[in-house]
Amino acid sequence: MNCDICQSEKATIFFSQMAEGKLQKVNLCKVCADEKGVTDPTGFALADMLEGMGQQTSVETAAPKPHELVCGSCGFSQSDFKKTGRFGCAECYQVFDEGLDGLLEAMHKHTRHVGKVPGSCPDPGDRRSASSPVMPGEANPRARLSELRQALSKSVEDEDYEEAARLRDAISRLETLIGEV
Amino acid sequence: MRFSTLLKKPAEWMRTPGPENDIVMTSRVRLARNLVGHPFPGWAKKDDRTRVMERVRPVLEELAEMKDSFSEEMTQLTAIEKQVLVERHLISREHAAKGPGCATVMNRRQTVSVMINEEDHLRMQAIRPGLQLLAAYESLDQIDTELEDDLPYAFDHQYGYLTACPTNLGTGMRASAMLHLPGLVLGEQINQTIQGANKIGLAVRGLYGEGTEALANLFQISNQNTLGMREEDIIAHLDRVIGQLIANEKNARMKILEDRPTMMQDQIGRAYAVLKYAHIISSKEALNHLSMIRLGCDLGFVPEEERETITVLLTEIQPAHLQISAKCKLSAEERDILRADIIRKSLIGLTPPDFRSILTDRDDDDE
Repeated sequence: MNCDICQSEKATIFFSQMAEGKLQKVNLCKVCADEKGVTDPTGFALADMLEGMGQQTSVETAAPKPHELVCGSCGFSQSDFKKTGRFGCAECYQVFDEGLDGLLEAMHKHTRHVGKVPGSCPDPGDRRSASSPVMPGEANPRARLSELRQALSKSVEDEDYEEAARLRDAISRLETLIGEV
Repeated sequence: MRFSTLLKKPAEWMRTPGPENDIVMTSRVRLARNLVGHPFPGWAKKDDRTRVMERVRPVLEELAEMKDSFSEEMTQLTAIEKQVLVERHLISREHAAKGPGCATVMNRRQTVSVMINEEDHLRMQAIRPGLQLLAAYESLDQIDTELEDDLPYAFDHQYGYLTACPTNLGTGMRASAMLHLPGLVLGEQINQTIQGANKIGLAVRGLYGEGTEALANLFQISNQNTLGMREEDIIAHLDRVIGQLIANEKNARMKILEDRPTMMQDQIGRAYAVLKYAHIISSKEALNHLSMIRLGCDLGFVPEEERETITVLLTEIQPAHLQISAKCKLSAEERDILRADIIRKSLIGLTPPDFRSILTDRDDDDE
């Protein structure tokens, strides 16, 4: 079997990864594997790579698919985000809000800002605790609870027990809170 | 201020010492900010970018800190001039590649620089000698607060400052320190160190950021997480880790002196010989030898007065700086010759390294 990237060398490294519930496989030779950073597990995302490989022949600007979400303010589409990893404008964060938390959880420890606030944007409520992912003022605590439970099972799956413990505590706090309301 | 004036003066951080300066070269903090109602630079059309630049640039130039500033559109600078700014860490490599609608504004002392329309509308940076992350942040925070009166920032209570890339959300702050770690490199502990830092959410990179080589045993360590932590907490965390790295580096140096003193003498002595007498020298070779002379200063084998010369040389011998001083474009071979000339002239007063302290230490036997 030849390498999926250069097509010329014999593939010696076989990489499989679960992405969005689908199993993806890629076969690489030593040179291409090193180049793509397969040997460094933190820097390697198979999905990105496959996407990159597939898109080399596609057109420059990703044409929005029929039912795809597009930012009304700047015309940026979901495909554009998948392609560049950047957003088009500040409004995009509202338009593409769904699913963003999951992405942010992978990038940052927490998904709520606790740092500096510009003087012109006074905080609507109390300044929330930095360490707790449970926000008492959250609009829909039940939805948040199910999100947290999902995150918990994922972190157990990933054997990230530190994160799991944090989530477990957050869930129990939120449960008490909802009980009290 | 004209570009030629900027070039003649080395940056302030090179001339003034700072805390922990033997191991920590510089501390830098950058903040990413965007304006409401304008697409981010990467998605914006040329006209959008120009509008943002025309809005932002005068406001920056009005700041007290920016009196007599250097302010220029990227299209007005030559490739070499842009490269000089990169070599001085005043703009990013990405920004150097930018065209219409992009600009750079920096203060006279070269301690604060702002890139307009890099990945975000504003990327502002403060740089200080030694370990002074909090001081760097505070000076930048003040400028940021002044700017927010005139510029409506894109901000959201959930996500903080809204940035083109979600990896910068929240504080929009990246704090980084440039560390000189020859002990960990020679002691072969550097890979472990880098992996350890990665595990606790910090990034370790080479001299010129992402994807660059660690020349001169210099490493940049910075925070990866920007969302969900206060600016001061991010900095305190980095400070703690850097403190630990400084201790590890010092231990590594002592261990080499104890176990392999001859190797250490050889490295520093060889660096002295090459830098003093070479007539053709590549950037990589020169940087690595300069690193050894700097280590010699730290360990007392080379006079302390040489430290500043070495620090300035680390920048002055880089390709664009050489071409500016030659006032013409140079081939790689010509650069290697000019580099060797400049180094020999700068180090003319440098005396051979004095290793007697190693010998006396060994006689003492203890510690």
